[in-house]
Amino acid sequence: MEWLQMEQWSPYIAGIGIGVLSWLTFFLSDKPLGCSTAFARTSGMISRVFRGKKTLENPYYRQFTPEIDWEWMLVLGIILGAFLSARLSGTFEWRWLPERWVAAFGDVIWVRAVTAFIGGVFMGFGSRWAGGCTSGHGISGTLQLSVSSWITVFFFFIGGIGAAMILFHGIGG
Amino acid sequence: MLTALHQKKGLQLVLGLTAGLFFGFFLQKGGVTQYDVILGQLLLKDFTVVKIMLSAVITGMLGVHLMRSLKLIRLHPKPGSWATAVWGGIFFGIGFAVLGYCPGTIAGAVGNGFLDAAVGGLAGIVAGAGLFASIYGKIQKPVLSRGDFGEKTLSDLFHVNAWAVVLPAALILVLILVLLEKAGL
Repeated sequence: MEWLQMEQWSPYIAGIGIGVLSWLTFFLSDKPLGCSTAFARTSGMISRVFRGKKTLENPYYRQFTPEIDWEWMLVLGIILGAFLSARLSGTFEWRWLPERWVAAFGDVIWVRAVTAFIGGVFMGFGSRWAGGCTSGHGISGTLQLSVSSWITVFFFFIGGIGAAMILFHGIGG
Repeated sequence: MLTALHQKKGLQLVLGLTAGLFFGFFLQKGGVTQYDVILGQLLLKDFTVVKIMLSAVITGMLGVHLMRSLKLIRLHPKPGSWATAVWGGIFFGIGFAVLGYCPGTIAGAVGNGFLDAAVGGLAGIVAGAGLFASIYGKIQKPVLSRGDFGEKTLSDLFHVNAWAVVLPAALILVLILVLLEKAGL
């Protein structure tokens, strides 16, 4: 079982594993892999705490009911699966600052935390605007040959590469 | 199709959790729960993200279409429009670079112990999704539906059998991976 303790696998093995997993989710659950609606449902659950039944009048939450569904459990499972994998290989660590970040922007924790929050807002907003994320469009949509997914994933990388170049070669360079 | 199984709500939640366990395991072992690996991709220095995505797409595409030809499953092609793809894609891309994780890999990053993901990023994604929900009613018709594709697939677009797209597409994606390796990326 040494391969379970390896720090990193070939990206091709990890990718093939995800591909086979997608066969099983289609077969057993009639679901493509996808993650971003879980965050939309969570925002609805939080809104429900403050606004009660009014939340359910929102047309978006009528479409994506604020409840724990298959995809929400999938995202919870990702946390557990990554934890298990990291523990088995000894790479689990509580850590605030990634290396590339420190090299470009320094080691002040709150700056990274605030930036991550702002990036998260764009990510949550953008993934729901686009109707999917790197898994929903990028893997599941493209493998089903969805026209919208192939175009969307192209723009994910246009936006991502553009923003990363500005951040690291403009601001942080 | 296993329609009876698909309707068992409680069991489906357990299956979702189990699928997530494997997904998270593969993401962590592949290295993409790390900010450094994702930014490495966006800065075009490390092609791990593209390699994982393309090998998942090739594998998934062949198996899923085979199961569909055998009538074991049905497809759920994603709807969308030029407006959702271009603007959504660009907003997402900015988030991808600034946050350094995506909605799936951030869950993996939390499992890895990364606190920038757990404290800043998760809250941001939930807030961003909530912000979108709050304006959705206003922008749906005038903005989001511009240039609608519907749930079209590439094979609908070209009026051909799905396999006439799947096989050449799989071949092209394999070639891209071979070229990446040849280029030493």
